[in-house]
Amino acid sequence: MKSLAELEAIKNRMKNQVGMRKDDDTNTTRIVVGMATCGIAAGARPVLNALVEEVGKRNLAHVTVAQTGCIGMCKFEPIIEVMAPGKEKVTYIKMTPEKAIKVISEHIVNGRVCNEFTIGAEQE
Amino acid sequence: MLEISLHVLDIVNNSVKAGADLIGITICEDKQQNLLSIDITDNGCGMDEAFLRSVTDPFKTTRTTRKVGMGLSLFKSAAEATGGSLSIASEKGKGTSVHVRFVYDHIDRQPLGDMAQTITTVLSGNPSIDFLYRHTVDGKEFLLDTHEIRQILGDVELSQPEIIVWLVDYITEGLQEISQSA
Ligand SMILES: Nc1ncnc2c1ncn2[C@@H]1O[C@H](COP(=O)(O)OP(=O)(O)O)[C@@H](O)[C@H]1O
Ligand SMILES: [Mg+2]
Repeated sequence: MKSLAELEAIKNRMKNQVGMRKDDDTNTTRIVVGMATCGIAAGARPVLNALVEEVGKRNLAHVTVAQTGCIGMCKFEPIIEVMAPGKEKVTYIKMTPEKAIKVISEHIVNGRVCNEFTIGAEQE
Repeated sequence: MLEISLHVLDIVNNSVKAGADLIGITICEDKQQNLLSIDITDNGCGMDEAFLRSVTDPFKTTRTTRKVGMGLSLFKSAAEATGGSLSIASEKGKGTSVHVRFVYDHIDRQPLGDMAQTITTVLSGNPSIDFLYRHTVDGKEFLLDTHEIRQILGDVELSQPEIIVWLVDYITEGLQEISQSA
């Protein structure tokens, strides 16, 4: 059974780690998930949680996952946006937890945009 | 919405948008009274009386761009489909509380769903808001107070993925424990 004492131990471990995540870091890649009513209804919550879990698992210190309101294309929800420093923003649509994990491994880690999930692919 | 916990997430986001810095989320599962009740209370900007009257009327929605209606009316119709209700009390400048009742064993009641994911989602997205999550099942209680959590964490941010992943497990276990029948 988990207790808050365990949380204290995790905190102490993390405090000693160098390079804790900082949102203001110019090296940071930001992943943003649309979490308005339309996004939530379409399945944004498990997408967000898959992203957070994967970033934690892979210990990606320069990646943050944030939430935003309506991105304005409700029929394409769940939508995520990836903003890497010095790169153009990439918008992924109709996300699932599985696709989101692929975005982490392909795009975030290996630097290859997953074109098949972008809005451009949908409109072709 | 497939789960009640998704409505909760959506309604808590209203409180966030209203500028609250303290949000209470209370879930009460009472099988003896055949009642599932949900209370979301905030100290945000509130609504005036005229607005409040129109906001609970699902036909007053001005939105035409979405097939998904507004959050409050969606939640209201989900509750009413079970014979339950949604009511809102609000005072401009003071805050708002949304009170929802579902008939527990009604066939059209959605499952409560994954409250651990809903709670950690709102916690991780809102580092400067305090949340008080209280969940009871037939009198047994689970309580999560972010004020207490943040005191433990000190300057380690709650929104760090490692912390969030731990919190999901912590809440999931806590809810499992209170849900076990004696
Ligand atoms: N907790 C709250 N505090 C203040 N205003 C609120 C609150 N909840 C809802 N409102 C007001 O009611 C409106 C309708 O809410 P909702 O049905 O969730 O739709 P939406 O959030 O998409 O506008 C909001 O836009 C807001 O003006
Ligand atoms: Mg809303």
